[in-house]
Amino acid sequence: MTFLVLMAISVVVAAAVYLSLSRDIFRVLVGLTMLGAAVNLIVFAAGRFASLTPPLLASAEDAQAAAAANPLVQALVLTAIVISFALLCFALVLGARLRGAAGSDDAQEMHTAEPIPPDPLKPPELED
Amino acid sequence: MLVLSPILVPLLTAILAVMLRHHQRSQQWLSVAGAAALLLCALALMDDVGSGGVVSVALGGWSPPYGIELVADGLSAVMVLITAALGLGVLVYQMSATEPADESGMLHPLFHGLLAAVSGVLLTADLFNLYVWFELMLITVLGLLVVGGGLRNQEAAFKYFALNMLGALLFLAAVAMLYGATGQLNFAGLSEAVRHEELKAALPVYIAILISGFLLKAAAFPLFFWLPASYHTLSAPLLALIGGLITKVSIYVLLRLMGQVFVDQPGVFYEALGWIAVATMVSGVLGAAYHWDLRRILAFHIVSQIGYLLLAIALASPAGGSAGLFFMIHNILAKASLFLIAGIMWRTAGHYDLRRIGGLYPAQPLLAMLFLIAGFSLVGVPPSSGFWGKFLLVQESFTQGHYAWGGLALAVGFLTLYSMVKIWLEGFWKPHPLGAASAARVVQLGPAYASVIVLAILLLVMGLYPEPLIRYSSAATASLWAGGVP
Repeated sequence: MTFLVLMAISVVVAAAVYLSLSRDIFRVLVGLTMLGAAVNLIVFAAGRFASLTPPLLASAEDAQAAAAANPLVQALVLTAIVISFALLCFALVLGARLRGAAGSDDAQEMHTAEPIPPDPLKPPELED
Repeated sequence: MLVLSPILVPLLTAILAVMLRHHQRSQQWLSVAGAAALLLCALALMDDVGSGGVVSVALGGWSPPYGIELVADGLSAVMVLITAALGLGVLVYQMSATEPADESGMLHPLFHGLLAAVSGVLLTADLFNLYVWFELMLITVLGLLVVGGGLRNQEAAFKYFALNMLGALLFLAAVAMLYGATGQLNFAGLSEAVRHEELKAALPVYIAILISGFLLKAAAFPLFFWLPASYHTLSAPLLALIGGLITKVSIYVLLRLMGQVFVDQPGVFYEALGWIAVATMVSGVLGAAYHWDLRRILAFHIVSQIGYLLLAIALASPAGGSAGLFFMIHNILAKASLFLIAGIMWRTAGHYDLRRIGGLYPAQPLLAMLFLIAGFSLVGVPPSSGFWGKFLLVQESFTQGHYAWGGLALAVGFLTLYSMVKIWLEGFWKPHPLGAASAARVVQLGPAYASVIVLAILLLVMGLYPEPLIRYSSAATASLWAGGVP
């Protein structure tokens, strides 16, 4: 099980890196989101899975059974999913607006914030 | 409760400011009042902590190993204080609206959200909670980057998002692995747990991932490109807050984690950090030397100054940590006042590009004087606050035998001087290319001058009478690397 999850994480990371290195801004966003998903899997893997022992304590116990899955990482991963989803929503709107305003989704064509100087020895002049 | 207040007050202000978003004037006053309340809370917290004390609160009544703990000690209290003071100064500056305010009314809520997030980062003693505050910081900065802006801002926000998101994910992955290995998230618990012998092999890998995430967020060489690509699209007051504070917060986290939690690390970490620090200094200052746009010059100087702060961490000693804290306080103030001065220069001379402005010395002698104070502090001309910061830092590098690091840090100072002299000669000394500096628009610059003057006075006091602050910062950082140099 752990090995399978490990393989899955590596495949997702590989795909995410490939997409993030693209010039297409939408692909970059999807890539970063996939990388976030892979990291969430790592968080999830930090507290064993494939355990059927419930993480409950009887009133006299002060530590959970050794084989039980750690419930804290599940809480952590939920928080991380919520945060990355919020950031994804923001980033998608940003990407759509950017594409609409720039008229292109090629990151190489975007030179408004950092204009290319007409002469390499003369640094660019911004409009204000 | 006092420990929570630097987080709760700005959050409350943000909520109220959202409600007042259609009433621009009252929202502005509320915002200033909220920042003033935050400053009072920070002062009270500072008083509570003293110089060596620790105040902590375990949220929800869950005791530290399980619950989330907020801790204020000398180091975090002074950082909260400087955050609050800078927030108030920037909001007062914003009153004179040297740049058009946005129309949606979302600037002030985001601003206070950012202050809350920074306070959260500074006060938390829990690794995952730290991640949450960093994400809040990321989303509010992104909001401030795009609010009321056009294509240029969106482009900048995209670059900022892509690289900072990568940093946050590296950090989260490291948190997961550290938790998996130690079963601890609390700083105190972690610093106990990482001492176990059986963890010695795997731990440096996790910590290296953690440090790379923060180095990216702190704009260290070679991952600083997002900073000069995005910061210059912000308006001057926001640039002062974000440029002055955000990267330094990452440095603060590195200082705390390296100095207090993961103390006993292999020496190669510190060696690598030291060279990264030097490379950051040099590449930042060279980028600044190339540019002629005031905002871009100063943005590259942020990168360069981050190098000095990283050097303080690389030295890994109580004296290095103390120099780092002093330098950080000086740098936040100097950087912010330079950005604010650049905003006034833009307003009175008509442009940010040094080739298209001039004649400010006869037109605005007070501004020229303020620029000299802030500029000399950044360079480190004695007796300015930057001189003491660099002096402590270079002294400690020479004491430890790192002559190359200390020497390069001094050499970078000359290039910084070149940049400041360039701004002085082009912006203040030479005549305005369009004739008289009457290109100036008629604006209310009173509040803007007031906040810059207060910052300049703070810098002057730090420079002329540095004893109390040096003593405070060495007391506050006494617990860092207390076990000795690795």
